[in-house]
Amino acid sequence: MKYDLPTKEGYYGEFGGKFVPEILIPVLEELEEAFNDAWNDESFQREYRHLLNEYVGRPTKLTYANRLTDHYGKAKIYLKREDLCHTGAHKINNAIGQILLARRMGKDRIIAETGAGQHGVATATACAKFGVDCIVYMGAEDMERQRLNVERMRLLGTEVRPVTSGSQTLKDATNEAIRDWVTNVEDTFYIIGSVVGPHPYPKMVRNFHRVIGDETRKQLVEAEGRETPDYLLACVGGGSNAIGIFYPFIEDESVQMYGLEAAGLGAETDKTAATLSIGQPGVLHGSMSYLLHNSEGQIQLAHSISAGLDYPGIGPEHSYLHKTKRVNYKAITDDQAMEGVKLLSETEGIIPALETAHAIAYLDELMPKTSKDEIVVLNCSGRGDKDMGTISKNIEH
Amino acid sequence: MIETENRIAQLFERHDGSEKIMSLFLTAGYPDPQATVDLILGFEENGVDLVELGMPFSDPLADGPTIQYSSNVAIEQGITMKKILQIVEQVREKSQIPIILMGYINPVLRYGVEAFCEDACNVGVDGLIIPDIPIEESGILKKEADKHGLAIIYLVAPNTSDERMSKIDEQSEGFVYCVSVTGVTGAREGDEVAKSVQRFIDRVKKNVTRNPKMVGFGIKSHEDAQRIAADMDGFIVGSALIDTIRKHYPEEGWKDEVFAFVRRLKYGKQ
Ligand SMILES: Cc1ncc(COP(=O)(O)O)c(C=O)c1O
Repeated sequence: MKYDLPTKEGYYGEFGGKFVPEILIPVLEELEEAFNDAWNDESFQREYRHLLNEYVGRPTKLTYANRLTDHYGKAKIYLKREDLCHTGAHKINNAIGQILLARRMGKDRIIAETGAGQHGVATATACAKFGVDCIVYMGAEDMERQRLNVERMRLLGTEVRPVTSGSQTLKDATNEAIRDWVTNVEDTFYIIGSVVGPHPYPKMVRNFHRVIGDETRKQLVEAEGRETPDYLLACVGGGSNAIGIFYPFIEDESVQMYGLEAAGLGAETDKTAATLSIGQPGVLHGSMSYLLHNSEGQIQLAHSISAGLDYPGIGPEHSYLHKTKRVNYKAITDDQAMEGVKLLSETEGIIPALETAHAIAYLDELMPKTSKDEIVVLNCSGRGDKDMGTISKNIEH
Repeated sequence: MIETENRIAQLFERHDGSEKIMSLFLTAGYPDPQATVDLILGFEENGVDLVELGMPFSDPLADGPTIQYSSNVAIEQGITMKKILQIVEQVREKSQIPIILMGYINPVLRYGVEAFCEDACNVGVDGLIIPDIPIEESGILKKEADKHGLAIIYLVAPNTSDERMSKIDEQSEGFVYCVSVTGVTGAREGDEVAKSVQRFIDRVKKNVTRNPKMVGFGIKSHEDAQRIAADMDGFIVGSALIDTIRKHYPEEGWKDEVFAFVRRLKYGKQ
């Protein structure tokens, strides 16, 4: 099965596209050209790889989780350690890639949106490293929930602008970033934090994260003498860490993939972020994808204990992979995620991010169906330090 | 449907250029649905040539604070697509003013493009402006809109290339909406619009040759409009109108204040 999406027009099946105001069309065209040119340019690749190695700390380890494996007594479980990236999550892979592109395009004002603050911190970090001005839009409510990350961004020299419109969370921060972008198109580069938004963003962000899957492939050969696992697991908010590890394996039909989205209080309740489980296709933030919206097409507020998954949309490529059933998407509740945090902390001495914990929680369901000669790779997208406030409020000892 | 030629086309055919065509944008359901009907009927008597009726959306990413506000109020008060169409239906009982529905694509998709175009046509809508449907994505709408005689009006912006402007002119029907400044909707301070706009207007004149040209974004007064629309067929005002409604509603006589503002916009101080 050959996989070569998106199309020239930015479509993954019926999903994707460029649903943006006219003002952004020339900007997206310019961006696409610059990205394709850079991606195929050896000197750009060299600089990007160099920063990933020397600054981000790549390649990240593929850790054999022996006690977690023993806990289930079934397939071997490996963790792809994106939590070991500088700043504590995979988000920096993309921030570094996009800032290099921004510089190449001569844009010296950077804007970004952030929910949990991880992408904001990653962008602020990359901007500090390059001495570029950076403005991060963040929902006023998220600023409250993720105070520590707000302080980190400010320390890094970034201006954090509170967003008080709408629900004051990630979707509104994204609206506000786009409003800034249409106002300052000439000098501003918008670093989107996930595989969402209009074409070419979903493709570009995917390519900047595919290093996760590419490394996994090599590391599996060293560890197990085989290139592919039997199962891949990743949490899905917008879907960047998931597509990063899935994409290099999409053509390997023997690899079963699981994307774990946030059910919040339950996918059947109205406090949920389970976009693929219960959403309907629609257009938000420039692309056609599954969405949480009511019968009038008004976007619904998402809920998840994890701010990074608290988004009513999802990247268009995931909508396609869901529709074609190449990837299985399941929803994990807040409570299950909290159990996942405990499990990984106690068995492996790794405190995962609440986002990552959604993938861990699915092991309970998956592992009994596996056998001892199989291999599971779970993308450990981030570490849990940022979530300690929420975790200590919710954990039962 | 009565087989008349599209009202937008008729408007521009009748237009002799002696004064500028004035189009007003207002949010359907703001300050409430009945007021929207009354305002539109009153507009016609006060010199308004064309109405753009906004379909509120929860995430209006091309709009500034004013239209975000009016959209929120309308949504909170329970505006629906059905009610928006009823507003048009009520206006049509008394008026033949051209009406364009303007809004983001998602509520239209959710209603169903086919049903939406059919129902819009039946109540007497003349055209659609969907800012998040650039010509690249027009396929999603075009067939049904054509079938039901709805003009799709596209936008050109200051950073639209010459070549692209003429492509947009080819696809647009009714008129071409010329966005005078980059940025979101909203009244601009001082002369901000007038200063940067002339080069853009010159390029529009050269490249948009098939359709009438209407200029909008940031216009807040008669003087702004006369300057910016000097070489255009007309102008569009939205946020400044909504700001005016917001200033006077619900005090006694608020509609008269709004209509007085509308007359000044069109004719200047009298
Ligand atoms: C550690 C971590 N994992 C996952 C996510 C979700 O984003 P995505 O689905 O794009 O990987 C976030 C977002 O903030 C995050 O911080």
